[in-house]
Amino acid sequence: MNRKLLTGNAAAAWGARLAQVDYVPAFPITPQTEIIENLSLWIDSGEMDARLVTLESEHSMITAAGSAATSGVRVFTSTSSQGLLYGMEMIYTVAGWRAPFVMVNVSRGLSSPITLEPDHNDIMAARDSGFLQIHCATCQEITDSVLMAYRLAEHKDIRVPAIVNQDGFYLSFTREPVSLPDADRAAAFVGEFDPENLQFKASAPLSQAMAVLGGGPYSYFRYETHLAVQRALSVYEEVADEFASAFGRRYDIIDNYRMDDAEYAFVMMGSFATKAHDAVDSLRNAGWKVGLARLRLFRPFPQEKIRQLLTARRAVAVIDQNISMGMGGVLHSEVAAALYGLKNAPAVLASYIGGLGGRDISQVEFFEMINELKHASDKSEPLPPRLLYTENELTEIRKLQAIAQVEHADIQQAGTGQAETDRK
Amino acid sequence: MLTFSRQEPGRRKQTGNEGIIMTSESIVHFHRMKDMPSSHLLGTGTPMCAGCGGLETLHNMYDILGEKTVFVNAAGCMTLLSVYPFTPFRGGWLYTAMASAPAGAQGVRDAMDILLQKKKLSTEDNMEVVVITGDGSAYGMGLSATSAAMDRNLNFIYLCYDNEGYGNTGQQYSAATPHAAITSTSKGSHGYPGFKKDLFSIWAAHRPAYVATIIGAEPLDLAKKIEKLQTMTGPRMLISLAPCPTGWDYDPKLSVEIGRLAVQTGIWPLKEYSDGKIKHTKIPKQRKPVEDYLKLQGRFKHLFEPQRDEAGIAEIQARIDAYWTRVMA
Repeated sequence: MNRKLLTGNAAAAWGARLAQVDYVPAFPITPQTEIIENLSLWIDSGEMDARLVTLESEHSMITAAGSAATSGVRVFTSTSSQGLLYGMEMIYTVAGWRAPFVMVNVSRGLSSPITLEPDHNDIMAARDSGFLQIHCATCQEITDSVLMAYRLAEHKDIRVPAIVNQDGFYLSFTREPVSLPDADRAAAFVGEFDPENLQFKASAPLSQAMAVLGGGPYSYFRYETHLAVQRALSVYEEVADEFASAFGRRYDIIDNYRMDDAEYAFVMMGSFATKAHDAVDSLRNAGWKVGLARLRLFRPFPQEKIRQLLTARRAVAVIDQNISMGMGGVLHSEVAAALYGLKNAPAVLASYIGGLGGRDISQVEFFEMINELKHASDKSEPLPPRLLYTENELTEIRKLQAIAQVEHADIQQAGTGQAETDRK
Repeated sequence: MLTFSRQEPGRRKQTGNEGIIMTSESIVHFHRMKDMPSSHLLGTGTPMCAGCGGLETLHNMYDILGEKTVFVNAAGCMTLLSVYPFTPFRGGWLYTAMASAPAGAQGVRDAMDILLQKKKLSTEDNMEVVVITGDGSAYGMGLSATSAAMDRNLNFIYLCYDNEGYGNTGQQYSAATPHAAITSTSKGSHGYPGFKKDLFSIWAAHRPAYVATIIGAEPLDLAKKIEKLQTMTGPRMLISLAPCPTGWDYDPKLSVEIGRLAVQTGIWPLKEYSDGKIKHTKIPKQRKPVEDYLKLQGRFKHLFEPQRDEAGIAEIQARIDAYWTRVMA
């Protein structure tokens, strides 16, 4: 094993390199660009035998990724945020093509207002597309998940594209020690891409992505994709076992931390879960029975595992780093749906929204959440959804607003002055 | 490694087309109508409208290109050619979306080149990649993807069947709609106030291997052009005027006549661009008055009824005359 200090972006690029991808359609966007820069460098220097083509947009990039994958080559691509949304028509489309390729998304908050820092609203927009989704919390996990994602995407019972998600800045630009799998063993683990019938060749004419007429055929193909995505739940276990025996690292569908006897639990996704990880330790030291459940696999959604994990807990806080306008946290809704109607479901399933646009979730906030969970479960009262925001942050935004108002007043005054001059 | 290179037109390296036989000299087989293929390759029974000028072009083109072709399609009328489980094509088909057919072609071409290079695809199994879109995609939503495909010197053929409006949705005006045409979004007494965009020049400004205008009603001119582009690599771009009975409001039996009149009146100049030069391939000796073309179509009826709009007709005629004066100068 080759241990290196790598950013999340470099770790993603290594995943593609170790998977021996043939083709990389690319387009730059912060904070993802370093991935394609790395790949481009390796391809130019001959360290990697692949083609990289920069398209003129993510819409075209995802089209080319899908069409190359359905033409029989192994494809890797990556994007982020606005790019993912710009390509969203094709995200849904290529999933329907059953084009098996892997895309790394580097999560970044969505416009407006425009920002560079992370949250999960971008990746949530791809939720219903038919892409598998693996969410990472460390740089090591990114390299490893890219390799595992190829196994899932290309599996003959699945055959849909997969997204490996990492958080912008927190992972993309943060160096962590990463044990790089040995190239030969990685290649052996991923295996050769067998496109089966996915190929254009003169001797075997094929029409792909044809139109259908009527809801019958349409529903059939949509259901087929849904069922294929669901099959990834069981295939995932095989792949994770094989990965563990090959490389000594086991990645479960849900990464549980001190959950065994936990009365209270945090449910999260992505790198912000490492903040909750520390909070769990502090709370445990203070005598609280608290645990953390971090979902790695978000699509397919591990409904049964959520049920097994969260029933019989006193109270659960789902922390969403996304916001569905007019509804709230997406993960909270999905966890609630999984638990609905179960007799021993936790009495309190609280929703917290935090970490939008890279906003920190402080240790104190985690402690306060557990406090709230305890009080609510003691009184058997539901907790209203919380939008995490501190007084201090409110003071800071008020200061910015004050500056904006002063500027505005100045301009107005200047404008009025001008108008008066004009009248004279 | 970048897989494309900027090269002087006409001096292109033959990369990425292993298996498609290329010669530096064009061998012209099509001298007369008698030389044209006598049977059609494209299957029948498609849901295209009777008298579809786009289908006429596709038939003529497909007969010459042959079945070793993957058609990459953008949203438009022709999307309905392949409706599961039927297709009139004998080779490949991939429907993409309205904006990104050239990017779909990029992925298919690159994948086939990679497979050829790695000996996972035999040269006999190689296919030509052909983008097929309407004018809505070509002139508008797909123009950025098309421009970029030419930047990258993608080895592909692009056919735009131009029926001068968003035909599949009921003929709303597009950037290809000619001045004064009534469309379902320009129903006023003067029709569409804008002017047809010069896509030929926009495409040619990219200096691709080949750009040509064609029309199904002039099959010999079309055949010669297809044959010529088969000797080339890189972007080979075709715009076919596609007379459209439903969108232009005329009897389907008039499609060929209207197509011929488009050429004879000079409103649809047949030309080609290669090696930095533009050549007109069929110059009408004595141009017919444009009203011969206009008056057959319901979309221009307001120029003739209830009373002749002399100024309107003269304006259209003047633009055509000015074009040919420039060309012949």
